This record gives sequence, structure tokens and C-alpha cells, in this order.
Amino acid sequence: MINNSVWVVVLASAVTYGTPLLYAAIGELLTERAGVLNLGVEGMMLVGAVMGFWAVQRTGSLLLAIVVAAIAGASMALIHAFLVITLRANQIVSGLALVIFAGSAGLSSYLGNDLNLADQPARHAFTPFLPHSWQTASVVGPILFKQSALVYASWALVVIVALYLNRTRLGLNVRAVGESPEAADAMGINVTAYRYAHTLVGGAFAGVGGACFTLWITPQWVDGITAGAGWIAIALVIFAFWRSALCLVGAYLFGAFSGIPFAFQARGILKGIPPELFQSLPYVMTIVVLVIVSSAGARRRLGAPAALGTPYVREER
Amino acid sequence: MIRIERRLTQPKWLLVAVPVGSIVVAFGLMTLVLLITNHPPLHTFGRLLSSGFGSTAALNDTLIATTPLLFTGLCAAVAFRMQLFNIGGEGQLYAGAVLGAAAGIALGNHSGWLSVPAMIAAGAIGGAALALIPAILRAFFSTNEIITSLMLNYVGALVINYLIFDSQSYWRDTSSPTAKVFPQGKPLPDAASWPTSHVGSLLVPFGLLLGLVIAALVWLLYTRTRFGFEVQVIGDSRRAASYAGMRTRRKILAVMALSGAIAGIGGASQDGDIRHTLDPRGLTAAGYGYAGIVIAALARYNPFAVCLVAFLLGGLQNAGYTLQGVDFPSGLVGVMQGLILFCALGGELLVRYRLRFTRGTHTAEAAA
Repeated sequence: MINNSVWVVVLASAVTYGTPLLYAAIGELLTERAGVLNLGVEGMMLVGAVMGFWAVQRTGSLLLAIVVAAIAGASMALIHAFLVITLRANQIVSGLALVIFAGSAGLSSYLGNDLNLADQPARHAFTPFLPHSWQTASVVGPILFKQSALVYASWALVVIVALYLNRTRLGLNVRAVGESPEAADAMGINVTAYRYAHTLVGGAFAGVGGACFTLWITPQWVDGITAGAGWIAIALVIFAFWRSALCLVGAYLFGAFSGIPFAFQARGILKGIPPELFQSLPYVMTIVVLVIVSSAGARRRLGAPAALGTPYVREER
Repeated sequence: MIRIERRLTQPKWLLVAVPVGSIVVAFGLMTLVLLITNHPPLHTFGRLLSSGFGSTAALNDTLIATTPLLFTGLCAAVAFRMQLFNIGGEGQLYAGAVLGAAAGIALGNHSGWLSVPAMIAAGAIGGAALALIPAILRAFFSTNEIITSLMLNYVGALVINYLIFDSQSYWRDTSSPTAKVFPQGKPLPDAASWPTSHVGSLLVPFGLLLGLVIAALVWLLYTRTRFGFEVQVIGDSRRAASYAGMRTRRKILAVMALSGAIAGIGGASQDGDIRHTLDPRGLTAAGYGYAGIVIAALARYNPFAVCLVAFLLGGLQNAGYTLQGVDFPSGLVGVMQGLILFCALGGELLVRYRLRFTRGTHTAEAAA
């Protein structure tokens, strides 16, 4: 049966493990397109993951859990937004502070402890829902159809974000705010409002990305469950040259790097090789891909919004 | 109406008032967090204070907790001062611990006092070597050093786990049957134990004194030498530095190597002062590297302030570790560190800008 071949399993897990990366990367992309760099993705994902899991344990509703995860992620982003947009703090340091505040040794762990979420089996989890005959179709079945609703929603999101940024008035304004806030301001665009809105939406998507782990992939709560996915998502945005369609490609590429260790270990492939070597694959490949992209990108400055990381102050040009 | 204006001069008292104010506000916010989650705030703070600083035993433990934070704080401060965001202090500390332990084991008990300096040097080399990876990528391929140095933290953690749990490496104890079943690091020889000094009734780890000396040296380097001057210029304005003909690329390599070396010595101090073996679980669980970022930012990258802040956060971390349990959930220390840092970042606005309260008409005039 071809569906049991290791490559089909790896590709299926690429889509699975790529999905949280995709949500987080699309969120970060929106934030960065508006000129705000939020390095706190890892923290926002973890808080989204823990609160989403809490909501599903309390209410049993997966939809509500996703909403709670999004709100949790957005409220973490609000801290960053207030500090860097209103108080003009250094965006890099504020983002790092957010990871420490919310991350695996911070708020997410505190909440997980305080709400007694560790070692609980999930009451509900996302499962594949398409017709059984589709799911068992050869090759495409496990890869594309035996996936949860979160995967299909993420595809819709990629299309919507691409259309929003490139084909709508609002999207044009966002790009103006990210490229040249002075010009945008002169056009009558409210730079502060746009930056707040996109930072919050970015945080909401990061929260949903985190919830992908606790509501579908794992599905349970463990401290630091995202294991660096938030950082990989930030690298993905650079890899994708700030374009949402390329985020999809990159997310599945890194999804494959994260999925390979599990697939190979489960099947005893390459037994002599230490498991740590496989586990380090996503981290090492992030560095490799980033080097390739940045040395090519440095030549032509592809994509990075010109005002990324700088506060906008009207009276100081 | 409130108008925000840039300050032309920064009054000295503000540089003290703002950090103190930040900590007060952070404790206020922390009270809120505790109240919302049904923990008695005053009781919690009281226990935090007494188990961090309340007795000789508590202070001794706090000094032990301060030692690695001093190194990782300096590691971050040295690099961040040049706007070089090395957040790989965590991994560089592991690398220093690995090479430091190797040096300690290799020299055994025969070479006497030589073990300690050899471990320090080996730790520095380990940390610097790991830090040079993001440095080279940044200098020659303009790759974002934040992400590359962070990714190496995860790789470093996997490597030390491999050395002890998944291989028969040089660092692993294979002497007894139990050690073969329950993997652990080889115990370091006695000569590799760093000396402890007594100050009054306190026990001061050698690493802590070493860290203080390094802090003083960093201060000298950054304020009294041409190298340090250029680093500060590059940090404040990369463009001005390149117009003045300063070599940014070399500085990136040198500063990252220095930053990594300091974290690496912190790793060697973990072997020599505290753990006396290569201990992957203990090293990876503590998050020294990330706390170092908080310390450097709170200290505004000033090496002497790093010493003070490291002591305060060391006390917090020690208290959190002692109290960990039902009514003191883990994660509280991280929340607190994050809150203090947020408040300090917000307070920065008050250092750089002045808030002016005006009536509506004045703003209209100013805008016109």
C-alpha cells in the first residue's frame, strides 16, 4: 500500500506540522507589513495553546476554543503594540520580553499549572472529517484529505491575506504604513490605528497556530509545547519575502523537517543515527535556509517593508 | 491634551527614578496577576523576599543563582550595546560547560591548580566558537543573528542531551552498572572544583568573583579604549560609523566572540562551582541565557548595573526554585521578569521624552 510508504507519511506530516507554522507566519507577515516587528511569536503561540486547551476542557467546543486562543494571542500582542507603537520602545527588546513573559517559563506555564491542564487528555480534538473514501485515496488521501479543518481554513487564510494585501484599498494602505509611514500619514491614513490592528490580528493568528498543537496535533498541554515553532515562523516570513503564498510553501517545507524525525523514528529508518540529529533538523535547516535567502535578498532587498522595526513619530522625520 | 516631546538633556535623577519606578509598577501588575488567579499577593511577595534574601542560607543560594546570570547578562549586554542581538547566550553557556567539563576531566588531579584556568579557557573557547557561527553569517551573509543564535540554543540542548543520554561519550559516567542504566555525567575530579571564598558568613563562588572582574574589564574595554568607542558608535548609528571608516564586519566577529566567551565561562563555572559534572537537565531547565537578556536590558547594557540586576533576579530565581509547588506555580518567575522588563521598556519613554500637559488651543498652535 503506497499510503504507508515513508514518503507519503512524511508529506502528510509536513502538512500537519506546517499548519501551526503557517498560521503564525501569516500573522507575523501582517504585523510586519504594517511596519511592526514582533519577535514574541513563540510566547503568543504558547499562551494561545494553553488558553485554547483550557477552553476546550471547560466548554467542549472546539470553535470556542479557537476563538479563545485567538483572543489570548491578541491580548499578548496588545502588550507589544502598546509598548512599541504608543511608548515607542525598542521593538526587538520588547518582542524578546514578550517571549520571556509569555513563554515556556512564563505565563503559559503559570496558566497551565494554575488551571491544572498538564497530563489531561483532551475532551475534544480536531480530526479528519472528509469522506472516508477520500481519506484513503492513494497518495493524496493521507496528504491532503486526512487532515483537520484547521488545514483547509489555513488555505483560505493564505488566499484572503494575499487578496487583502494586493487587491484592496485597505491592503494598499497597510503596505504604505509599512513602507513609508510619513507618506501614509500625509495621505490621511491613521498609522497608529493600522499598526495596532495588524499587530493584534498577527497575535490572534499566532494564538491559533499555538492552538493547532493542543487542539489537534498533540492534543494535550505540555510546557513549551511549540518547541521553537514561533521562531521558525519568524524565519519563514523572511524566507517568503513577506508574501503569503510563499509562506505556504515554506511552512510545509519546515513542516517536513519537523515531521521527518517522528516518521523515521517510528519506522526505525536509519537506526544507527542518534535521534538528536533528526530532532535538530528543523533548527539547522532554518539557519541554512535563512543564510541562502538573506545572501540573495541582501543584493536586492526583496520584500522587507522599509519602515520595519522603526517607530513612527509625526514630528520627527 | 498630552504632548510627547523629545528631551534635549536627560536629567541624572531620572536614570535612577525610572528603573525604580518600573520595578514598583511591575510589582503592582504582579499583584493584579496574583489576585486574578486567587493567590494572596502579600503572602507570596513576603515568601519570595524571605526565601531570596531573608537569611544567610537564602543569600548563599542566591549568590549561587546569581553566578550564571551575571555571565549571561554580561554576554547579552556586550552584544546588545552594538545593536547585535545575540540571544544565543543559552547555547553558548552549554558549549562552555561541555568544553569546560572536558578540560576538567582531561587534566584529572595531576596538574593541581592548572585545572581551574584551563576550564575557564576551554569554556571561553567553547562559547566563542558557538557565537562565531551567527557572527560569521551576520557579517558575511547579513543573516539575521537573532534567529540563527536562537536556533543554536535548541541545537546545543540536543547536543548535550546526546552526550549524556544517547551515547557513550567522554562526558558520560560509565564506571558503575547503575550509571549505565541511569545515564549521568562523569563526576569531575577534585582539582576541577573551583574554590569558594568566605566573606563574613557568606560563601562566595569563585565564578561570581570572576564575573565581577569580567564586568570591570568590559567596562574598561567599552569606555576607555578605541575598540569600545567604535563599538558604541556602531551601536548608536551604523551609518555614521561606516562614514567614519570603522570596520563593522570585524567588530561583529570580535563582539560576538567576546559575548559568547563570557557565556561560555559561565558554563565552565556551572561545572566547576556548582554541578561538578556535565548536567544536561539542570543546565537546560534553568533558562540562564534568556534571563540574561532581561538582565542586560534592565541594566541598560551597563556592566556594573548588570552585576546588581543579576543579584536581584538571582534572588528571584532562587526564591522561585525554593518555593516551587502548589501555591507558588512555576512560571511565576518568568511572568515577573517579563513584567519588570515591560515596565522598564515603557519607562524608557520617560527618559527620552517629556510629557507636557497642555490645553487644546496650545496643541492646535503647535500643530500649525
